[in-house]
Amino acid sequence: MQSNKLGWILLAPTLVILFFFGVLPFLYVVFVSFHQWNPFAASPEMIFNGAENFRRIVFDDAFLNSLGVTAAFVVFAVFSELIIGYLLAQAFMKEFPGKSLFRTIHTLPLIMAPIIVGSVWKLMTTPSIGIIPHYLDEWFGITMNIGTSAPVAFMTIVIMDIWHWTPLVTLTLIAALVSLPRDPFEQAQIDGANKAQTFWHITLPMITPAVVATVFIRLMDAMRTVDEVWMLTGGGPGSSTRFLGVHIFKEVFPKTNYGYGSTISVIVLYLTIVVCWLLYVSMLAPRKNRKG
Amino acid sequence: MKKRNPLLTTIFWIFISLLTLFPIYWLFVISVKPAVQLFSTPDLIVDNPYWGNYTEVLGNRLLRSYMINSLVISTGNAVLCTVLGFFTCYALSRFQFRGKESIFFWTITNRMAPPAVFLLPLFLLMTQVYRIGDFTLLDTRIGMILVYCTFNLPFAIWTLRPTIDAIPRELDEAAYVDGASPWKVITEIVVPLCRPGLAVTLILTWVFAWNEYLLAATLTNFEARTLTTGLSEYVTTTGTEWGIMATISVFTLIPALIVFGLVQKHIVAGLTFGAVKG
Repeated sequence: MQSNKLGWILLAPTLVILFFFGVLPFLYVVFVSFHQWNPFAASPEMIFNGAENFRRIVFDDAFLNSLGVTAAFVVFAVFSELIIGYLLAQAFMKEFPGKSLFRTIHTLPLIMAPIIVGSVWKLMTTPSIGIIPHYLDEWFGITMNIGTSAPVAFMTIVIMDIWHWTPLVTLTLIAALVSLPRDPFEQAQIDGANKAQTFWHITLPMITPAVVATVFIRLMDAMRTVDEVWMLTGGGPGSSTRFLGVHIFKEVFPKTNYGYGSTISVIVLYLTIVVCWLLYVSMLAPRKNRKG
Repeated sequence: MKKRNPLLTTIFWIFISLLTLFPIYWLFVISVKPAVQLFSTPDLIVDNPYWGNYTEVLGNRLLRSYMINSLVISTGNAVLCTVLGFFTCYALSRFQFRGKESIFFWTITNRMAPPAVFLLPLFLLMTQVYRIGDFTLLDTRIGMILVYCTFNLPFAIWTLRPTIDAIPRELDEAAYVDGASPWKVITEIVVPLCRPGLAVTLILTWVFAWNEYLLAATLTNFEARTLTTGLSEYVTTTGTEWGIMATISVFTLIPALIVFGLVQKHIVAGLTFGAVKG
């Protein structure tokens, strides 16, 4: 039988790389988060200030605002993506002419770089060159200005995210739907269950693990989004689209507030891990029960 | 099952496809317009395309070298992550460790880190700590290949795990009983069986590395700059060169499209993230 030594040899390169490029930077961030450090300020030295940064974060309106904005974004975007993605996945379960072509087209946004998605939507929505504000004005007389209206900017980002990531949800849900057993559905049909009952009592419980996995991936990415939002709105107008990722970026780069920026990152990383861990456990739980 | 009208179905899918394709199409439209026309009425159809932006991008030596950097970095990173991810998943799937699931979850947490704040420690580590004499990892292709592992390796592990778990252990145990070496078991039994999963992982990690922007923008100056960072160089305070920006975007999109086309068939099976068994 194979020895555990071989197992560790196989694991070693991964652990080494992740240690040097994941863990060490993280420990460094934790270390810096207990300091006041702005290398370009009057006193560029790192000054230890204990938990001061962590106390500050609790009363920091800007941080709390970006936490709220991110939460709103995650809820709006992920929820819409799940609903649209589910409907499309169901539609893809039927046979129709040109199905694989349509599926390929539907998958395209997935492979676009976030920075390009950001720039495309910028090209489409910037007043004076964008096609969307132009026709909204010409046909409906609506003025859309992403640079001045907070709700418009927020909704544009949500729609951009839906456009970019719904395909991922559709694909994972197709994978889940394909693998469902046929029997319960036939039984339900014999028993005369209607569509809504079949969905709530059979389909939904069975695809829950896939839904949770999708939410997991989307949540993880939504909490660290920077590229697209940075390109499209730069976090503005005001702080209406200043998501956590953007907030940290702004704190660290233009303001060079390394100490406080690190504190925010530690908190955000902690929140992400807690939320993802809960999802992960709830995802594993039914599987373990099934195994008995 | 009641039959739907096939014409209606087709119209529905054409509508969805148009919604999906429009932004990509619009990117192309902007890329074939001269700068002066951008501010006139946005027309849906381009009657006489202007290829000036394309000749400018292709003629730009700097952008060509960015393109080569992007190719080298994403290919190197995708191969590295797929191979290491495969080894990791094989070890996690076939050996008994204490805290196996914790190792698995820990690898994933590396992907959750907000990249913005890791830029600074990575920058400092790469310039001050990870150095041999005058050689530092900053602004090198190998440095970027290793840095991209922080988000691609967890992803590779996450997608490969169910594939390898699904291969019956009895297969490799039988081979060991027959006296095969671990290397032989891995290359001749396990790898052929998870080829679709490996292909999907390779392609997706390639696409993620190809598309990465934030880390590349900070951790490279000149030698190892990638195409996505080239894009942002045209957004300046004095004004954005929309046409060039759109053209570079088109150039960034094409290789990803080609590569992605190769695994279209397997993509659904590869994207289950461990949520679906079998």
